[in-house]
Amino acid sequence: MNVPKKLLYTKEHEWIKVNGDRGHVGITDYAQHHLGDIVFVELPELDEEVAQGESMGVIESVKAVATLFSPVSGRILEVNEELEEAPELLNEDPYGNWIAIVEITEQSELDDLISADEYKSYCETLE
Amino acid sequence: MSLKRTPLYPMHLKHNGKIIDFGGWELPVQYEGMGIIKEHNMVREKAGLFDVSHMGEITIIGEQAEQMVQKLVTNDVKSMQDFQVMYSPMCYPSGGVVDDLLVYRYDSKNYLLVVNAANTDKDYEWIQQNLIPGVEASNRSSEYAQLALQGPAAQDILQKLTTLDLNTIRFFWFNPQVNISGVDCLVSRTGYTGEDGFEIYVEPQQAEFIWEEIIRAGQELVSPIGLGARDSLRFEAKLPLYGQEIDQDITPLEAGLGFFVKLEAGDFIGRTALIQQKQEGLKRKLVEFSMLGKGIPRSHYEVEVDGMPVGHVSSGMYSPTFKKPIGLALLNIEHCEPGSEIDIIIRNQPVKARVEKGIFYRKKTKSK
Repeated sequence: MNVPKKLLYTKEHEWIKVNGDRGHVGITDYAQHHLGDIVFVELPELDEEVAQGESMGVIESVKAVATLFSPVSGRILEVNEELEEAPELLNEDPYGNWIAIVEITEQSELDDLISADEYKSYCETLE
Repeated sequence: MSLKRTPLYPMHLKHNGKIIDFGGWELPVQYEGMGIIKEHNMVREKAGLFDVSHMGEITIIGEQAEQMVQKLVTNDVKSMQDFQVMYSPMCYPSGGVVDDLLVYRYDSKNYLLVVNAANTDKDYEWIQQNLIPGVEASNRSSEYAQLALQGPAAQDILQKLTTLDLNTIRFFWFNPQVNISGVDCLVSRTGYTGEDGFEIYVEPQQAEFIWEEIIRAGQELVSPIGLGARDSLRFEAKLPLYGQEIDQDITPLEAGLGFFVKLEAGDFIGRTALIQQKQEGLKRKLVEFSMLGKGIPRSHYEVEVDGMPVGHVSSGMYSPTFKKPIGLALLNIEHCEPGSEIDIIIRNQPVKARVEKGIFYRKKTKSK
């Protein structure tokens, strides 16, 4: 299982790559593997305000429907529209294909997220 | 209650199957390195091997066996010949469905019913309650393992393992004694995928051996296939799934299975209700639909027109063959005309869809 060091994670299997007040958000390798073939992505809307831990989108595989939870509160700056046409990119490269960019309004919320090592240990408890 | 394992469980571990609890059975939903879409396409293009040992087998034996089976099922049992297989719903007096099953006729005094795994105990009780004199029913499920080999390459693969010319087993017929790699098996040309193929019944002790023989003979033309692709394959071929297209509250006529209801065949259970339903006209029925808006329809999603409920999705998913979402819905009759626009309620939002006809999968049949 691939868990890049430089990212922060949630126990709901999202990752965020923080760059100042901007965060790229996606789903983890563990998430894509367990969902199986991803066939549909419902992206958040541009400029939408999202709250930490609340739904910001939906990922559907052949068998399952999964909610994408926002790792932080903020405003949606960009969405990866390519995923609407090619949702399988999330299976092929879950860290290379971000889903949305969030303007991080509460930097302190980043403390609620877990490190790569913590996330990896957490996933092992799920197996 | 502990989970049950089929005799092929070691094979699922060997092929790195992702094991799930399927109605009390530990079975693979998909295999590592494959996944539902790859497995699905494998069956459409080459061949796939399924463990369906969880299916139930009930024998009906005795002088009055033919009458007994006819009492149970809606299709015409008397029209069957020895070694023929017939698909049929089995109904309650209300016309709702107890189960759908395959009837194997050895002769008029000896039948084998193959029923859905999750319904086996319920079906067996139902049969016992309705038993007529001169017949014995027994639940033989633990005495059979069952493998399904499905896909355009299925016959070529199985032919490598037997001297019997498989062309002698026609669609929906069986041979009770086919020697496969030295093991006696019951083989029928039946399946649940919309492809040509076989279902192979063998004693549990020999199941692993037969599995490995088929994998060996098929080489790159065959893969193990999990329950995920079994569902997507049957769905694309519009084959009903108990609990979705049919259940105790849905009649075979509503589910579009009227072809398997022979009202003149005999006085089967549910006949009166089905005759009445036919005379009065259906109030709802199963239709195909395609999505106009974005989203994937799923089983049990509500369907609305102008904000009013008109039915529900029985099955829906992303179709790997057509590469888009399609669905089946049970709708009030006034919305069933092809071309009618409906709203599928996905996460509380209406998403536009259209009633269709003939958009599901039909294999390119080679006549047998």
